[in-house]
Parts: sequence; C-alpha cells; structure tokens
Amino acid sequence: MSDIEATSGFDEESLADETGAAATSEPETRFGQPVTRVRNQHVLHPPRDGLVDLVRRLRDDEAFHVCVDVTAVDYLAYDAPRHLPPGVEPERFEVVVGLLSHETRERLRLRVQVPADDATCPSLFDVHPGTEALEREVYDMYGIEFTGHPDLTRILMPEDWDGFPLRKDHPVGAIPVQFKGVQNAR
Amino acid sequence: MTTLSTDATARTYEGSQELTPRKGAGAAELMREVGSVLRMSEAEVAAMADEEPSEDQTMILNMGPQHPSTHGVLRLMLELEGETVLRCKPVIGYLHTGMEKTGETLTYLQGPTNVTRMDYASPLFNELVFSLATEMLLGIDEDIPPRAQWIRMLLCELNRMSSHLLFLATNGLDLGAVSMMLFGWREREETLRLLEMITGLRMNHNFIRPGGVAADLPDGWRDGVLRVLDLCAPRLDEYDELLTGQPIYRARLQGVGVITADEAIALGVTGPILRSTGLPWDLRKDIPYLFYDQVEFAAVVGSYGDAFDRYAIRLNEVRESMAIVRQILDALPAGDYRIQDRKVTPPPRARIDESMEALIHHFKIFTEGFKVPEGEVYCAVESPRGELGCYMVSDGSAAPYRLHIRGPSFVNVQALPHMLRGGIIADAVAVISSVDPIMGEVDR
Repeated sequence: MSDIEATSGFDEESLADETGAAATSEPETRFGQPVTRVRNQHVLHPPRDGLVDLVRRLRDDEAFHVCVDVTAVDYLAYDAPRHLPPGVEPERFEVVVGLLSHETRERLRLRVQVPADDATCPSLFDVHPGTEALEREVYDMYGIEFTGHPDLTRILMPEDWDGFPLRKDHPVGAIPVQFKGVQNAR
Repeated sequence: MTTLSTDATARTYEGSQELTPRKGAGAAELMREVGSVLRMSEAEVAAMADEEPSEDQTMILNMGPQHPSTHGVLRLMLELEGETVLRCKPVIGYLHTGMEKTGETLTYLQGPTNVTRMDYASPLFNELVFSLATEMLLGIDEDIPPRAQWIRMLLCELNRMSSHLLFLATNGLDLGAVSMMLFGWREREETLRLLEMITGLRMNHNFIRPGGVAADLPDGWRDGVLRVLDLCAPRLDEYDELLTGQPIYRARLQGVGVITADEAIALGVTGPILRSTGLPWDLRKDIPYLFYDQVEFAAVVGSYGDAFDRYAIRLNEVRESMAIVRQILDALPAGDYRIQDRKVTPPPRARIDESMEALIHHFKIFTEGFKVPEGEVYCAVESPRGELGCYMVSDGSAAPYRLHIRGPSFVNVQALPHMLRGGIIADAVAVISSVDPIMGEVDR
C-alpha cells in the first residue's frame, strides 16, 4: 500500500509514466514474471505471448489447478495513474485471469496487457476447459478475440448486436433497441 | 441487420450461438465438450468421433427457454439419438440486463442495490462480496466493527438456508415430488419472513453495505431466529423421511449426472457440485472471511458426484447453517453495526438536526458518494452455489471503474453438457435441477 500512496501524489497526466512505481522499489518477480501486490493478493503481469505456457506451468508445477475467473477491463477512460511494474507497457485492454490453488489455498491474478489495435489474446481453453464460457463473455463484452478458442461466439448479447457493450466508448443508455427480426429498428 | 435476420429466417438459420450441425462439428465439437475436460488426445477424440452416429440418426431438441424445469430462461439445445443425449449446448443471455455496465454508473453506496438483483435466490451474498471488495479498496476491511461482521454472517447463513430450501423445493418439483415443493416453499417462506423482519424486504435486501450493515437488528430478532430454527429442524427430518430414503427418488437421482473431481476442477465448477465429488473445498473453511474461522461447522462432501449427492449435500448444509446460526446467537457482540467513519457511513439521523458537518456529510454521501482510492481487487465468498467473486477496479472516483461479478452459476452451467452426455433425456431435468442455476446470475 505504501508505494501506491507514495505515487498517488504524482501528476495524473503522466498516465504511461512508470517512474513512480519504479522509484520506490526494486522490480519484484515471481514465477519469472513481474509481480505487484494488492494487500495480500499477488498479481502477475505476464506478456501476452507467454500467457498459455505460464498458466500451464502454474497448473502442472505450482498446483494452481483451478482457473476461477477470466475477465477484462477497458482502460480507455481511466484517469488515475496505472500502477504497473517497470517493463510492462500499459495498453487499452487488460485480460484478468484468476487462478486458485486448492493445495496452498492461494490465489493468483494474472493481468495481461492487450493493445486496442490488435485485440487478441491466446485462449486458455487447452489448459483450463472451464474458461470456455468466460472467454466467450469477454469476447462478447469487449471484442477481444481469443485465438484457439473452439467456439468464439456471443454468449450474453444477441448474436446480431453491434458493438461491444462493456467498452468504455459504448454509451450507457441511448442504445437503439436491437431485436432479431425487427424491421424498423429505432 | 434486418436483412440478415430476414434471410436467416428464410433459411431457418439457427444462428451462431446454437449447437453446430453434426456434419460441421465432428471431432472438434467432441474435443470441446469431452476431450478437453478428460484430457484426451486428439487421436482419441477422432476415434471416438468415428463411433458417433451420423446426422440423420439424431435429432435436435430445444429444451427451454420456456421450460418449467429450467429455473428461469435457460435454453438447452440437446442432440438426441433415441432417448440418449449426445451433445448439449446451453444457450444463455435471455436475462442479460447489463448489470456490470450499470454498476459502473452507480456509486459505491448504490452498488448493493444493483448487485443484489443478480443472484436473486441469495441476494445477501452479492451485497456481501460487493461490500468486501469496496472495503478492501478503501483499506477499512480491518476496521469493520465485529458486530457488523457477525450480523453479516447471521444474515448470510439464514439466506443460505432459504436458498437451499428453494433448491429442495424445486428439485422435488422437477422430479414430480410436488408435496416436497410445497414443504420447501413453506419453510423458505419462514426464513424469508425472518429476513423481512430484519432487513425490511423479503428479497433484494440492500442491507449489507460498504462499511457494515444498514441498520441494527430489530427488537425481537432473537426470538424470530430461534422460532425458525426450532421449526426447521424437525421439518428437515421430515424431508429425510419423504425423500432421502424413498426408492423412487433415489432411483431418479443416484448415478445421474456424474462428474468426477478432476472434471469438476478442469471445468472450474465450485460449490455443492464440487463437494459432491468428494473434494472438501469450502471457502468458509479454506479461505475464511468474516468470522467463519471462529465457528464450528463441517464442510459437507459427497462421494459419487451424482445428483443424489448434490441433493444430500444441500440438505445437510441447511443443518450446518442452522448450527452456525445458533453459534452466532451466542457469539454476537454488542457494539456498532457499521464503521464510524463519516466519509463512508452517513451520520445518524439525530445528529443531522444539531450538527452542520453531519448534514454536509449526509448530503455528500447520498449525492456524490464517497471516493475510493484507485486500485483493483478480487474478493470471493462461498455462496450457496459456489464461489461468488467480485473483481473491482477503482479510478479514484465515487463509482467503480469496472465491476465484474464471477457468478458461480455461470461457470456451473457450462458443466451441463459434460454431465448430460450419455444420459437419457428424462434425466436431463434431474441434472439441471441438481446444478441449481439461478439465471439472474448467469446472465447478469
């Protein structure tokens, strides 16, 4: 907490500026990845390409057998400084994967930066089949394509829906009613 | 848009969310549903696909979205060969109302009103996980008064009772035991009446809020709780007599919808379904939150992973919850029911008349809300259906920048194709019922 408080006094316009986080502490790593802490929760920041290998290694060697959650965040309208470890470039999207170990009763969170102009992320389906619906939801809500996913279709929205609702440039309300078969949609 | 759907209707195009036709699916679809979960190689799946019947031997049956056993608007596309279910695909989203998007526009004080409507059978757990995440972001999670935490536990365990009683009722109804439906509903109504006495509402209470709970327990709450406990204990034994030993009921449930521990872990399944496989994983015991490390209770586990185990686990979890409630009655300390931090909790009504600052704080909290330091956090609690998680990102404003609820039903529903495969269609109803999905939480 202390280094977060220390950096919150920095100019908020320096969004991509990581010197604040770097100045306070040495870059810390765990499982070979840069790690940050939120209270007692450990957050890894792996690169996008190494995600599947890392998750597989965590499953096989470190007993993180359960993938609890896959979700994403769109940082388009985020005004506060983003506290990422040095060497991790902030991008518009972030895929957040929650892992759980039944043996050590520990949680681990992976935050993967996904750029807006190449909104793809490797699918974790081969490692954890339970991510199938969760990744479909992220695709449905954010338009992030999971390469290698067996059935990447919309899951909650109608399949002919325009746009991705949880993106920050998708407005709340004032959305024309889109139903299948409506001839003169407003 | 419109031209596409008109064309599509003309071609009777079912759309991409539906079950893929068999000739286009083959080994790929099998790999998705079975192979990946069982960790089979692609060659094994291909061999398995060769034994599958061809498309003209099977038929697609839509079960739902308007089917009484689907607990809302769940639609299952089943591919049948005779009476045997070959493939299944849950089609969801009929109840989607964009609650995560809405949550980004509501302040942290309005948030519980929104999330409580997700899992409408256990609303207090949604409020709890939202409040825990907010408090962790605020950094006040250590400072919540013990009485508030114990009240939260009391309410959650009462809510777990009502939720499981609802399951027992609908499980009976789905299998044709209509008297069980009436019994379960009757007892659930008693717990809901008690929750109404405490919180003011039967459901969607908005009672657990960041900083504590909305109000202290009302006069006579202890008698009300004891009345419900005394009333439920013999009635649960009645259920045992009515269902647990009954040959027809057992025949309908035993060996149906079997899932092993490895498969459940691979699919991310949590809650009673995971425990039915014999794995004693209960967040209340394994990663304790609130004061669950100070009460005695057992994590109920099954051994076969079938629908009967899931029924028995839930029935016995009601008993465990009753035991926890009795311990809470003894342990509940006196004190504040919410944190005395004027930036988070509104001042008492009486103070507003005499203090200018109280009036200002009251006004500010209810108009612009309180600001939460930037950061991101994941909190999880054991809801009656499994791990209910909340991932929250704050940008330092008065509303969450991102609010994600990890609904246990959402993940559990995707285990359905695996549980249904190879069973008969009549068992599908029993399996759906044993998963106990709440569609409000699946679709959010």
